[in-house]
Amino acid sequence: MKNQNKLAGLQKRKAVSGYLFVMPFIVGFLAFMVKPFFESLYMSFCVIELGPGKFDKNFAGLENYVRAFTIDAEFNRLLVEETQKMFFNALAVMVFSFFVALILNQKFKGRAFVRAIFFLPVILSSGVILGVEFNNSLMASMQTAIEDNAGNASITGAIQNILMTSGIGTKAFEKVFEVVDGIYDVAIASGIQIIIFLSGLQTIPGSMYEAASIEGCTKWESLWKITFPMISPLFLVNWIYTIVDYCMRSDNEIMNKISDQMISYLNYGFASAMSWIYFLIVIVIIAISSYIISKGVYYYD
Amino acid sequence: MIKGAGKKSNFWERNRESKGYLLKKTVSDIVYRLIRMILLFGMCFLILQPIFNKISISFMEERDLYDATIIAVPVHFTTGNYQLAMSFMDYGKTMLNTIIVSLTISILQIAVCTLVGYGFARFQFPLKKFWFACVILIIIIPPQTVSTSLYLHFRYFDIAGILKLLTGETINLRGSVVPYYLMSATCMGLKNGLYIYMIRQFFRNIPKELEEAAYVDGCGTLKTFIRIMLPDATPIITSCFLFSFVWQWTDGFYSRTFLGNINLLSMQLTRVGERLSHYMIYDMHQPTGATIGYTNCIVATGTLLVILPLLIIYLFAQKGFVESLSSSGLKM
Repeated sequence: MKNQNKLAGLQKRKAVSGYLFVMPFIVGFLAFMVKPFFESLYMSFCVIELGPGKFDKNFAGLENYVRAFTIDAEFNRLLVEETQKMFFNALAVMVFSFFVALILNQKFKGRAFVRAIFFLPVILSSGVILGVEFNNSLMASMQTAIEDNAGNASITGAIQNILMTSGIGTKAFEKVFEVVDGIYDVAIASGIQIIIFLSGLQTIPGSMYEAASIEGCTKWESLWKITFPMISPLFLVNWIYTIVDYCMRSDNEIMNKISDQMISYLNYGFASAMSWIYFLIVIVIIAISSYIISKGVYYYD
Repeated sequence: MIKGAGKKSNFWERNRESKGYLLKKTVSDIVYRLIRMILLFGMCFLILQPIFNKISISFMEERDLYDATIIAVPVHFTTGNYQLAMSFMDYGKTMLNTIIVSLTISILQIAVCTLVGYGFARFQFPLKKFWFACVILIIIIPPQTVSTSLYLHFRYFDIAGILKLLTGETINLRGSVVPYYLMSATCMGLKNGLYIYMIRQFFRNIPKELEEAAYVDGCGTLKTFIRIMLPDATPIITSCFLFSFVWQWTDGFYSRTFLGNINLLSMQLTRVGERLSHYMIYDMHQPTGATIGYTNCIVATGTLLVILPLLIIYLFAQKGFVESLSSSGLKM
């Protein structure tokens, strides 16, 4: 009895020290996440007026939401565009990073070097640098003008024309070409995902492939029957990471609009309403897609 | 010569014995390798090309930019672009600021995240699952959602109404660096949820026996953490630190919203374009301002100046970034 008591005491002590370790997180979560989270939800229903030393929240019902959807000239368009872009971009990133990870998992000369290059964008194209490159839309339009003048027909352009005129699934082809045109975007957004896939590939025991090949399995079959199921949990991780990452990119136009409204125009209520709409859409996308993916995920152990 | 010939005949002999299988296999192997090489080369080029392009542009004079015959190597070589970009960004001072801010913030963040990650990995306490779900939640919630409210919160900062009672006024923390340090000290900085997750994943893999042995030998909880667990976790902590440092260096959102008016490289970079046209109009007396090409050239130079320190870090600590991330075994 006494012994058990002592154990309970030890467990209690451990629980207390456990709480002490995670205390910073709990404090931060309550103070800088939960409170502002609900406050910004409330603020999205208010008109905020700033005064010296205080700010007033005047409840205004759905006014901000109505304004976002019906009055604001570009919000609807941006919302549809960005969500679409996010979805296709994330799909492309998944395919691309899976493919690259498969190649990088093989043994060849200079593998470490190639891997370092693929990881480079995680460092160099993060934060504002991405935004700076994309801000130069004028420069980009000049470049296309130059290309048009030069009149050099590219191979991809020719293929595009052939496929487009064939008249089958024009819409689908358009989307594919959009992604192919933006391959640079995809490549720089998939550094972390490649590493995550690689780490998954390296944990698959080689004996599985050996057994499969002895049984007469081709490489192609073992890719779909062994590799794919074994790293399927990582598809879920990567999918969520990609979507979240896309939301925080500095060239995300919705986020820029929200920051502008907040910092330059001091429209706090309106900015909160917009960020809540976007947040809800993203959460719904994440929830639905993770549910679908998690149906197909296979856990080995 | 003879040896080579012998080998060759050997190859054909072996090929005949395998009924053509060997030849088919060798050829397909070589073709596959060739295709792989071309693909990898293309993709590496795709990633590196913008950087090379920026480097070559940054050494060109303005007239070189419009010369269609000049593609990569500048004819009129100049370092004037660098001088201009440096003066626009106030490079030396801004660099010092950025180093101080990035370093202190990333050290603070990683120290706290290590504690929290360790707490989640090695202790059993009530509501642990719930709090860990909260960690996942802060990874998923975009910081912009709460930023409006936080912004006001720091503008009229008050700790539970105490300050207002004492002095009758709230403090305006907007424009100072305090908000972000407060947030970093409580795991709410840039991507801190991710660091907690990674560090927790690492600590979970350490065998329980190690901890128990330490306890039997009379090591307290804190001592176990510092003397036994921390030395083991150096690789993952270094890697998280590097990420934190680098992402803080280039971060725009948090710096703009919570770090006030301090001059950071990332913020200065976004203003280089404006400064250039201002300079052109008032100092060079060109009423039209800077041309698009030249603006692009100076912005590219500025970008290079900002990423140069990061490139150097990456060259030396490349393993620190990649290896420990792949060994931590992220899983859901």
